[in-house]
Amino acid sequence: MSTSSPNSSASRIPVPVIAALAAALIGLAIVLAFFVAPEDADQGISQRIFYFHVPIALTAYACFGWGAWKALRLLWKGGDRYDLESYVAIHQGTIFGALTLATGSIWAKASWGKWWVWDSNQLVLFLVLFLFYSAYFMLRFSIDDGPRRANVSAVYALFGVALIPVSFLAIRLAEDFIHPTTFNRDGPQMTGTMFFTFCVAWLAMTVLAYALYRVELLGKRLDANLRELREALA
Amino acid sequence: MTYLSDVAALARKDLRLELRARDTLPAMLLFVLSTLVVFHFALPTGADEVAAQGLLWVALVFTALLGLARAWTPEREGGALDGLVLAPSDRSAIWLGKSAATFVFLAAVEVVALPAFSLFFSPLHASGYLGVLLANVGICAVGTLLAAMAAASRTRELILPLLFLPLAIPLVVGGVGAGVSDDPGRYLTFLGLYDAVFAILCWASFEYVVSE
Amino acid sequence: MSSGEKYVAAAYGVVFLSVLVYVVIIAAKLSRLERETAELAELARQRRRG
Repeated sequence: MSTSSPNSSASRIPVPVIAALAAALIGLAIVLAFFVAPEDADQGISQRIFYFHVPIALTAYACFGWGAWKALRLLWKGGDRYDLESYVAIHQGTIFGALTLATGSIWAKASWGKWWVWDSNQLVLFLVLFLFYSAYFMLRFSIDDGPRRANVSAVYALFGVALIPVSFLAIRLAEDFIHPTTFNRDGPQMTGTMFFTFCVAWLAMTVLAYALYRVELLGKRLDANLRELREALA
Repeated sequence: MTYLSDVAALARKDLRLELRARDTLPAMLLFVLSTLVVFHFALPTGADEVAAQGLLWVALVFTALLGLARAWTPEREGGALDGLVLAPSDRSAIWLGKSAATFVFLAAVEVVALPAFSLFFSPLHASGYLGVLLANVGICAVGTLLAAMAAASRTRELILPLLFLPLAIPLVVGGVGAGVSDDPGRYLTFLGLYDAVFAILCWASFEYVVSE
Repeated sequence: MSSGEKYVAAAYGVVFLSVLVYVVIIAAKLSRLERETAELAELARQRRRG
């Protein structure tokens, strides 16, 4: 199995640099979220969860999209590295998805007193996606390693990104007869400072996800190289 | 057009096999009827019509799963899938033929199940029937491809529901909405959208699911 | 600490803890890799000698 590093521009940046950048950005985001951004008049301090919760959600979407892109490249051109990259991207997306559900649940409890509400379309969407991508891993681990597993995983990953908008539409449509919208979190428009904080946090989460993605890829490639070495020496 | 005739030949083969063996269809029929009876006991008194409609869709989805689990069994048992894949026809024709056959099976079951539902609970509006028809297309298209994926896995029948249910959620929303809402057109359009998006995706990606 | 503050702390804490859990997993993987490379180095040494 070919495990040489690819040559695209972003992947030539060494991992420690990316990790350091992620650390710096997250530090900045936390400072902004707690000390700079004004407190929300309606929700009080619990609104600050928003600065992490929404960027984490957006990053999860991005990871799923990235995984689907790698899957498409696999089906289009072939090449083992795309299978690994697609898998790791979807793994990161699932982790960030789980974090979205966790932070969203805490925010729901803080805002409305219940750990789960069906009214938040984003939360419900993530629940559906979490189920979908959990099945991805069950599928992948139940097929033996090889081109078949790579192809099947890639097709499933593509179905995932198709499901995201379709599910979102479905959840919107379901509002009419499933649960009446009793909770609302619109509040006033974001001020400039709040928006800036949000953007920094969003960038921070994206870089963090990319750092974790690169680290995981490193680990998996190490594993593969060691296996080859072992076979050569034994 | 040889593509369509390939599809028709494949679908006809499946229908003929089932007519001879007669194992899947009666099982699905009995399953859906038993499920509807269970629902009667599961629904508390005073539960409204909307709840019953929702349960109809649960019954339909799980009955479809029952049939889909066995969709590729004839090919697997006879080792015929390799032969089909090597055949000169476009591999997506295999998927289309199998989906069409599954659609016929599911429709045959619904011909009994829907009147039974109307009898046990409440009658369906015309939009409800149309919703069932449109959702069938989605169920069969996506389900057939997922069943092929499950066939490649070690856990087969165990994993098919896990793969299928998240993708079936939009279909359930569309179907229930079409039957219940005052504006069924939106839900029917949505079902059509789902069918179009996923049928194209399945058609394009099937050959990767079955090839090595 | 008001209840709102507690929830904010919980939400940020969950994210922080998750990253730390990730560090633990990577640490475990690194020790395993260290062990394996040591084994392979031993194998290579034997090869060179023998």
